Amino acid sequence: MNFTRRKFLQQGTFAVAGVGLNLALPPWARSGTASNLTGMRPLAGKVFDLSVAAASSIIDGRRGHGVLVNEQLPAPLLRWREGDTVTLRVTNRLEVDTSIHWHGILLPFQMDGVPGVSFPGISPGETFVYEFPLQQAGTYWYHSHSGLQEQSGHYGPLIIEPREADPDSVEREYVILLSDWTFEDPHRVFAKLKKMPDNYNFQQRTVQEFFRDSREDGLASAVDDRLMWGDKRMNPTDIADVTGATYTYLINGHGPKDNWTGLFKPGERVRLRFINASAMSIFNVRIPGLPLSVVQADGLPVVPVETDEFQIGVAETFDVIVKPDDRAYTLMAESNDRYGYARATLAPREGMVAPVPELRSRPTLTMKDMAMDHGSMGSSDAGHESMDGGPVDHAAMGHGKMDHGAMNHDLMGNGTMDHAAMNPVSNHGRAAAPQAHDHVKGPGVVGLAANPVNRLHERPLGLQDEDHRVLVYTDLRARDCNPDVRMPGRELELHLTSNMERYMWSFDGVKFSEVDEPIKFYKGERVRLTLVNDTMMPHPIHLHGMFFEVVTNDSEFKPRKHTIVVKPGEKMSVDITADAVGDWAFHCHLLYHMHAGMMRVVSVVDELVPV
Amino acid sequence: MSRIPTLPTIGLVLFAVGADAQNAADAFYDAQAMATARSKLQEGHGNQVNSLIIAERLEYSTNDTGDAVVWEGQGWLGTDRNKFWVKTEGEYVDGEEIDEAELQLLYSRAVSAFWDVQAGIRHDFEPTPRRSHLVIGTQGLAPYWFEVDAALFLSDEGKVTARIETEYELSLTQRLILQPRLEINLAASADEEAGIGKGLFDTVAELRLRYEFRREFAPYIGVSWGGDFGDTADMVQRQDGKARGFSIVAGFRLWY
Repeated sequence: MNFTRRKFLQQGTFAVAGVGLNLALPPWARSGTASNLTGMRPLAGKVFDLSVAAASSIIDGRRGHGVLVNEQLPAPLLRWREGDTVTLRVTNRLEVDTSIHWHGILLPFQMDGVPGVSFPGISPGETFVYEFPLQQAGTYWYHSHSGLQEQSGHYGPLIIEPREADPDSVEREYVILLSDWTFEDPHRVFAKLKKMPDNYNFQQRTVQEFFRDSREDGLASAVDDRLMWGDKRMNPTDIADVTGATYTYLINGHGPKDNWTGLFKPGERVRLRFINASAMSIFNVRIPGLPLSVVQADGLPVVPVETDEFQIGVAETFDVIVKPDDRAYTLMAESNDRYGYARATLAPREGMVAPVPELRSRPTLTMKDMAMDHGSMGSSDAGHESMDGGPVDHAAMGHGKMDHGAMNHDLMGNGTMDHAAMNPVSNHGRAAAPQAHDHVKGPGVVGLAANPVNRLHERPLGLQDEDHRVLVYTDLRARDCNPDVRMPGRELELHLTSNMERYMWSFDGVKFSEVDEPIKFYKGERVRLTLVNDTMMPHPIHLHGMFFEVVTNDSEFKPRKHTIVVKPGEKMSVDITADAVGDWAFHCHLLYHMHAGMMRVVSVVDELVPV
Repeated sequence: MSRIPTLPTIGLVLFAVGADAQNAADAFYDAQAMATARSKLQEGHGNQVNSLIIAERLEYSTNDTGDAVVWEGQGWLGTDRNKFWVKTEGEYVDGEEIDEAELQLLYSRAVSAFWDVQAGIRHDFEPTPRRSHLVIGTQGLAPYWFEVDAALFLSDEGKVTARIETEYELSLTQRLILQPRLEINLAASADEEAGIGKGLFDTVAELRLRYEFRREFAPYIGVSWGGDFGDTADMVQRQDGKARGFSIVAGFRLWY
């Protein structure tokens, strides 16, 4: 009896001491979510109880209120096993509807979690039971698809262990979940964008910059440049709609001051599972001093490719393996407009830090981003190493193994197909015929890409002139042969359209609120979806339920992705096997773009392709 | 898989085509609940109602003839395409009386990427005699970033006037913004009672320098030069007024 009581007291004392200790610790070691040092504590198994509620979290020392899953920011790390059937009982403790969408997971559409598309949503007080078998492995994530809850912290990582031994097995691994946090109400953020679209841009071109450009490039050139942009009523500093002016960028729920730290033993191989769970922020990620070996993109294995920096669009995931030495490293994730950053530390021992590099200077958009005059911009991407091994290097892409006859056997009698048109990559770098724009124009559409080009081999904006290696999409090659290597029987072209001045975003000039019909795919068909970006912004485009094969080359090893960033002024293609009957959401994963109307439903119907 | 359709498949296809409007989730969930969720989803992705209230100028103005408080503001409520738009401006002179006060109630429709067409009514509460007008105008963004608001007014006395306003914003720094502004008023014919002569009247050229502590909150200082021309100027001078002159202004630009 005494003993028990004594033990209880001891534990009590320890707990109190623990709290005191927590406050005394430096910020990097303090943890609201126990995720420091050991990584996130995963929930593993086959049955999970998740609760969505209004809750708060401390971010860089300030309390922020959000919509959290199990009161955690980010939501709990779920660890599943390929081949298992998982059951997720999701209880809504909010006063409004909620939902969970399992991003990138192949499942029956009615379990996909998009209110109004796959199910009615989860009402307040209701427990919805998701149940589906796992047919894949890799790094994915989950998030709300209701309103703007995703901006409020309703997102979390999920990992599916492969059934067979992982060839990329390592001694240690961490989830690196990037996100953007605002202390403002997300609806207020959206409202501000509608009132004053450049509200969050504090990197506008100023009079000072005009004088600097005049000195450097000559007065005539500086004036011409301003006149050109002014004539189009477009802003070359419009890189991100929502910026560090309101955002604190987080890694695993920790701000730059909190400095999330992952420990390793020197000599270990460490796998970093990067997930960009941001609402609006695209990051450029690097770990100065450490080469990054990319082994997985959007959950699926790629042939390992080494790089020094990569861009991660919203909703993309990349698994990276590093082999750190006995020193501390800073993991630096700059927002693509360079107005802020997320930062973490990898270190062999607690308390170690490495210098945090300064933010690099803000990039500006070019004529090429407007798809106006790519010829004159040729010099900016000359000298990329990616150009050497770029999309036209067929030998490197396993072209030799390819049997064109076999690939064409399933064209479904579509005699009108033009091989050149089916292979837009072959046009890259050359002036194509002027782009047709057979879509709605009007108040929601500014700027029509006159000469959009394939930019999959190009470095993202702002990284063109870095003197280290930068990952480009054409560096990605699937480790496993694509499951369906038929040539597409049909090509669909969809334009990404916008009017920044009115903060209107849409596909083909039509907002989702104005759409009458879904985009129809026919079960079993191969579709080539060609995306033309008429806007001045990169858009992470995401299709639920089916992977894209990104048409980087002619090979059977195209990278397969659930989300692809389409650069400004770009025209690129993805191939899709329409094998998942049902209704699926298709949208830009920049939350406020989707909210403004950049969304469609893709309906895979169990019908024959009409002849 | 065979591509030759069998009879049952054809039957299935015909059924599926017939049920084209059906939504896949209706087979799994209550159709009524799905319909509600669907309409909420569509409305919530592009058809939201937004609003803005902005006091472009809320200022104290001083010159050698006296002081005044001047306001000009706008507000709108609506969707991307259709908005209810309110405009007001006025002047309160020497702490004694409201010298000028007008209110416009307009319907504003987005007709192109950068332009809205606006129509409605305007009422002048001051000066007397009070006038009401029909309004037709356009507001938007001209090339090279000039904000333009141009309108024609037909008064209840049958007189036609026009007002053209344009503004430009020059970023000296990210928060320090220099804003030139020009306003021209034109009358097609004289309205003696209202003190308006034919031609150019009440024309203003201004320069304001504001500092955006927050985007929504920006105090400013500035100069304003303006006055009347032609017939209107003569009328003003006959009443021993001063047709033209400089003012120093200081105020706030606020929005929500």
